Amino acid sequence: MKKFINQGNKDTRSGFGEGLTELGRNNTEVVALCADLTGSLKMNSFAEENPDRFFQVGIAEANMMGIAAGLATGGKIPFTGTFANFSTGRVYDQIRQSIAYSNKNVKICASHAGITLGEDGATHQILEDIGLMKMLPGMTVINTCDFNQTKSATLEICNFEGPVYLRFGRPKVANFTNALDKFQIGKGLLLNKGNDVTIVATGHLVWEAIQAADKLNEDGISAEIINIHTIKPLDEDIILNSVNKTGCLVSAEEHNIFGGLGESVARLLTSKAPYPQEFVGTNDTFGESGTPTELMNKYGLNMDSIYDAVHNVLKRKIK
Amino acid sequence: MSRDLDNLVIQTRRDILRMVHAVNSGHPGGSLGCVEFFVVLYNQIMEHDHNNISKDMFILSNGHISPVYYSTLARAGYFEIKELSTFRKINSRLQGHPTNHDDLPGVNISSGSLGQGLSVGIGVALSKKLNNDNSIVYVLTGDGELQEGQNWEAFMYASANNVDNIIVTVDYNGQQIDGSTEDVLDIGNLKLKLESFNWKVLEIENGNSLNDVYNTLIEAKKNSMKGKPVVILMKTIMGNGVDFMMYSHKWHGIAPNDEQLEEALNQNPETLGDY
Repeated sequence: MKKFINQGNKDTRSGFGEGLTELGRNNTEVVALCADLTGSLKMNSFAEENPDRFFQVGIAEANMMGIAAGLATGGKIPFTGTFANFSTGRVYDQIRQSIAYSNKNVKICASHAGITLGEDGATHQILEDIGLMKMLPGMTVINTCDFNQTKSATLEICNFEGPVYLRFGRPKVANFTNALDKFQIGKGLLLNKGNDVTIVATGHLVWEAIQAADKLNEDGISAEIINIHTIKPLDEDIILNSVNKTGCLVSAEEHNIFGGLGESVARLLTSKAPYPQEFVGTNDTFGESGTPTELMNKYGLNMDSIYDAVHNVLKRKIK
Repeated sequence: MSRDLDNLVIQTRRDILRMVHAVNSGHPGGSLGCVEFFVVLYNQIMEHDHNNISKDMFILSNGHISPVYYSTLARAGYFEIKELSTFRKINSRLQGHPTNHDDLPGVNISSGSLGQGLSVGIGVALSKKLNNDNSIVYVLTGDGELQEGQNWEAFMYASANNVDNIIVTVDYNGQQIDGSTEDVLDIGNLKLKLESFNWKVLEIENGNSLNDVYNTLIEAKKNSMKGKPVVILMKTIMGNGVDFMMYSHKWHGIAPNDEQLEEALNQNPETLGDY
């Protein structure tokens, strides 16, 4: 089992903030918009360094999405910043018509995604956003796993022409990917080679998958771990190559199993490699208040859930 | 006003009527009400070039009046006039509501789901300021459309941030699908509301007069770049130019039948040549 070193806990949103700051220094076409959450989104330094290119829109997310579409029409590369809930569900029609259908080069950057938003509770914890966004034709959907990957993804989506949904989170989590790794949109990352089961994980669940694989290793089970940071377009090859070897798969995400990564993977498997799959995610439920760790444990979004799911899928594996 | 523009107005009406009749769908009422505005804007006011973002730009928020938009664009040379015959048909770039999705020249954004164009226009205006362009963004919205809350976010933003390179025109015809705006959801004293939002408000009493539209748009241009966004409340008559369609919301989204088309066209004899 390959070892991954936690370089120290950091929040993924700070990775976004650092990436955006770097973009602000290197690309004068980059503009940023925020709906009264500049500190939470770590957009302060961009705002301070580029006051003319930073637009504080107030608590008015619909207007923010429209203004972003207009800025893109005028040749700019807008990055919008607010919580994932207010980046998607609240403004779905604005994104659908003015950005997605209009093919505008807007980067929708969403922090505090999922249940690890914590104490604010279900009103703010969106677990449906991946589903909402991946259903929009032409929308690229990315969910990064740690600080380094979020920073490199922020830099890379600027080079990509087209609308992007970049999803990251609030809490400080393990920072374990290489800071020098270049982010490739649509390319999954093989983190650990294994023969018995494929674990496909995204976002905060990638680190949990690594921990689960360590524990499975002690049981003599060799797990292949794939970090799928880009949910759409899905890297089908890396998943098919793996599952054709292992013969079973577990998907893991901080999202409702209805509409998330797991469903995209299931669609792939049913059409091209019908092996058994188990899903780690929330099951058609809203969240609640609590600490991120308490919530991840209560809602089955941790290494133990992945460990159990692997044992379940192994029982269903066709011998 | 020149004879040419009068002819263009009549020909645009014919295009609208024939387009919606051919597919038995579409929105003739608001389209006919805004013909004079489009003719003046595209032929006398804007310096426009779809391929040059430093030029003036137009954003249509009330996308359902696509027939007048398409006719105007075609007759301004953006695409061939005969393409108007594809309106709302399968495989056409002239969708029921306008979109840039299929690369139709002259269209910069999709609209139809109401209340979004003003925000988009503000975004374009901000990009022009960053680029130091002195050109202007023109936005047209409906009046019923102002019931959508996003507009008021946008009105608030533009004045608070001195977005003064935008001229918004409200098609103030007082009608929407279910009846008069007053009956459906009264938008109240729009002039006072917008003035209290710190916009410069101009009014056109007769938005179906080429002269009145022209003079007010010129005045709006004079008032732009002076720290405040400018809005024009343009009173129009829905269905203008076809007597049995005028003054009623009933022709908002209904096409004329064969006899009605003939009668309407007889009231607007061919000038520049049908598509």
